[in-house]
Amino acid sequence: MSLVINGNAVAGPSDPRVSLLDHLRETLHLTGTKKGCNQGACGACTVLVDGERILSCLALAVQYDGRRITTIEGLDAVGDLHPLQAAFIEYDALQCGYCTPGQICSAIGMVAEAQRGVPSHVSTDLAAGVTLTRAEIQERMSGNLCRCGAHNGIIDAIRATMAAEIMA
Amino acid sequence: MTPFRYLRAADVADAVKLGTDDGAAFLGGGTNIVDLMRETVARPDRLVDVTGLSDTITETADGGLLIGAAARNTAVAEHRAVRTRYPLLSRAILAGASAQIRNMATVGGNLLQRTRCTYFYDTDGSRCNKRAPGTGCDARDGFNRIHAVLGASDACVATHPSDMCVALAALDAVVHVNGPDGARTIAFDALHRLPGDRPDRDTMLAPGELITAIALPPLRFAANSAYRKVRDRASYAFALISVAAALEMDGDRIGDVRIAFGGVAHKPWRATRAEAVLRGGPATHAAYRAAAEAEFETARPLRDNAFKPELATRVLAAMLGDLAMGKLA
Repeated sequence: MSLVINGNAVAGPSDPRVSLLDHLRETLHLTGTKKGCNQGACGACTVLVDGERILSCLALAVQYDGRRITTIEGLDAVGDLHPLQAAFIEYDALQCGYCTPGQICSAIGMVAEAQRGVPSHVSTDLAAGVTLTRAEIQERMSGNLCRCGAHNGIIDAIRATMAAEIMA
Repeated sequence: MTPFRYLRAADVADAVKLGTDDGAAFLGGGTNIVDLMRETVARPDRLVDVTGLSDTITETADGGLLIGAAARNTAVAEHRAVRTRYPLLSRAILAGASAQIRNMATVGGNLLQRTRCTYFYDTDGSRCNKRAPGTGCDARDGFNRIHAVLGASDACVATHPSDMCVALAALDAVVHVNGPDGARTIAFDALHRLPGDRPDRDTMLAPGELITAIALPPLRFAANSAYRKVRDRASYAFALISVAAALEMDGDRIGDVRIAFGGVAHKPWRATRAEAVLRGGPATHAAYRAAAEAEFETARPLRDNAFKPELATRVLAAMLGDLAMGKLA
């Protein structure tokens, strides 16, 4: 089997029990993706698979044969940084930074979901299009915890950078 | 090292053949079983990946929907027909887990997820009849705020953790399964079981049986439905209690109603007693409360969860009030 990680085809793990997270960090040395809780409760390990956000700690790498995986190291940069990375600095969207790669990958996946019209728990009308209000972003980003409490800055950075086209 | 195999099923027949082995487990999105394996609560020696099987959502001849078991939770919640005709199902899914997990988790896997009882997960320190039959239950006299108030047994007070299943119980969904003895269907309410003296068994599935699809029967008034969930934080937490309800008015009386509760029992709890109290009766706050009280008459709260019957009663009454006015919640 092989995985396509940040555009590069790489071999999968020899043991099928290895999580995508451990394969990224321990074998491929892509340590940008973080191991927080390792049980699906914190979101620090969020990566994009064919543009969809998932938790790499709960994913067996072997299940992702041939899929396109994007980690924080593989985001399209403008200069050195993806625009959302730059906004995280601008809006104080981090303190220790441990949750940041997961927050950024999650936000990119979140915006794609909103553009597709996926409703959320706080959407008042399931049939209407999505407007990424602050409350909508809070709910949609609830799978990414920040123990430093930078959530307000994170939402500011997302709104400033990525939500413009669907905030109407 | 324990020998271990990962196999990908090409179709249902292949999955059933590969899954007959004693140590085999079916693998969907992995969001529960990967965690259970890591904690050594589950120890399969063979995973049969069934995510390549049907994930389509199609109209059925009777006007309902058929959802392939490999459909991801997000795909169901965002499907146009589910949103408009079965909003309680969209709402229930969107109230569960996080977006990342909903993108991974399959419908079949959601039905088969194990309890979130903390004693079930605590392999080193706790007795649990569900994890290790015959050892005892440390939840019954322990920290049991999240545990069951209906249908529990001396052996087990765990709750079923799914939100989606509460909506499916209210909708009278039909579960399609296939196994060593062939294909069959199971009424949703008969899929999950009460713990009794066998809490290690969550469902009525026979060994090796695979869920292949969920059928939603047509239900005209399901368009007037809702799901409400009370939890310890606003998002990304399991339910303390939850309610799925659909209501049809007949003038100013209740024509028909469907109700199911989550977070109160070992299975998603279809509230047939409450429905019977309401059907044909007045649409009043007093009637809503009386219906919930009838359902919880047999409740046996534990040390820390005596709040659940009253909380569920209040949530149901508020929801039915909104639904009676056509206010989707």
